Amino acid sequence: MSRELTRPLPRTWWLKKTSYLRFMIRELTSLAVFAYALLLIVALWSAGGDPSFSTFYDFLNSPVSVSLHVVVLGLALYHTGTWIALTPKVMVLWRDDEQVDPDVIAGVTAILFLLVTGGVLWLTLA
Amino acid sequence: MSDHAILEVHRYLPDEEAEPRFQSYEITYKDQWVVLDALNHIKAEIDPTLSFRWSCRMGICGSCGMMVNGEPKLTCETFIRDYDTDTIKVEPLTHFPVVRDLVINMEDFMEKLPSVSPWLIPAEDKPLEDGEYRQTPAQVAHYQRFSMCINCMLCYSACPVYGLDSTFTGPAALALAQRYNLDSRDDGHGDRADVVTAHEGIWECTYVGECTEVCPKGVDPAGAIQMLKLSYALDWAKSLVMPRGGRK
Amino acid sequence: MADAGMKRGPDRGAPLLWLLFAGGGTVAAMLLPVMVLVTGVAVPAEWMSESNLVSLIRNPLTRLVLVGLVFFFLFHWAHRFRYALVDLGFGPLGRQAWLFYGTAVAGTILAGLAAVRM
Repeated sequence: MSRELTRPLPRTWWLKKTSYLRFMIRELTSLAVFAYALLLIVALWSAGGDPSFSTFYDFLNSPVSVSLHVVVLGLALYHTGTWIALTPKVMVLWRDDEQVDPDVIAGVTAILFLLVTGGVLWLTLA
Repeated sequence: MSDHAILEVHRYLPDEEAEPRFQSYEITYKDQWVVLDALNHIKAEIDPTLSFRWSCRMGICGSCGMMVNGEPKLTCETFIRDYDTDTIKVEPLTHFPVVRDLVINMEDFMEKLPSVSPWLIPAEDKPLEDGEYRQTPAQVAHYQRFSMCINCMLCYSACPVYGLDSTFTGPAALALAQRYNLDSRDDGHGDRADVVTAHEGIWECTYVGECTEVCPKGVDPAGAIQMLKLSYALDWAKSLVMPRGGRK
Repeated sequence: MADAGMKRGPDRGAPLLWLLFAGGGTVAAMLLPVMVLVTGVAVPAEWMSESNLVSLIRNPLTRLVLVGLVFFFLFHWAHRFRYALVDLGFGPLGRQAWLFYGTAVAGTILAGLAAVRM
């Protein structure tokens, strides 16, 4: 039996196609989620006085913080968008004979997102 | 109407040459030709040593899968006129070992399919006298999409998880498991768990989704796998509360 | 080429880790953008003063919610990032998985400690 040819997948496989690249970006949005969790931990400690809350508040007002927030916001919205699109794939619902239109499920999820966003803004800022 | 094209075809002749190479074939093609037509023309008129698989030439047997300009395609459904490059690259399906030229070793795939117990496992054996199984159109609709697989393996070529780890059960096999799990005649949900919920089963999938993109039959294996993840995860959660209730 | 540390047969830890990932992903999808708007826009734009922000955080209900968010955010990150590294070619990471989930646990504990001692 002659030798078979194996073609190992290069580590850069995700750079070869746009859909692969968008997949990898989606996965790496988890770093934005991680970063914000760290911010929340710092916020909780600062509110207890360690370090002083003013230091934390001043940091939030700094250009560094605003820039980082902009990046995290972009990644967070990309996560939200892709998550809304994937929801109908996980939640397949049937009504009588017919499958509920996946776009309807995505649409409801999107509306839920807008309601939650509005609700939190109202709760915190009003 | 005819036109010119160059096919750059992957050659691998292990009995004669140690290394693979590409061979260019200049052809004149008719407007309605698909890549498979070009390959058959090459074999008949230019180079009889070229080896490749094909059968039905109408997109139902699943034999003619190859990489065309880097994308997994059924060559019987891939029209030359749709390519605006003068050169079309034809290679064997990625993520499979190459036996010769465009022919891949599909043993791994052939082992993965039966591993998910792709047959009806009813709760009780129904004696013949009780008559046939009956299904409403709605019951058929629940699993119909996942039953359309022609075993062409394009999804395995598209899947980077399988490319990185060939122990991954893979899109077609897992979609097939869901086809049976969703069949109203079947009760084998629990029996399939050993393979489906192994790490190399659904949990290794990271929902790249490319399998669904390349599937020529609209099976949506990615969707099937996500449904399986939720289904078996909820089974696990239920088993915490009701250790002996429900499924076997 | 399975890692010798990978088990055959049902992966018993996977359902829980996936549910946490999925729950965390849903929580992050719904809540992360608006929270970033609050700390990243509302504060610098002075729509939220320092005293308002600190009393909001000190509220016991907010503390509970924030600890919950840390929990879900970190477990979502742990699972997704672990598999992103696998997909980037760093190996099955079966034996190293505890690094990711352990970080999530540690972060949650940190958040919880901060919340109770306030």
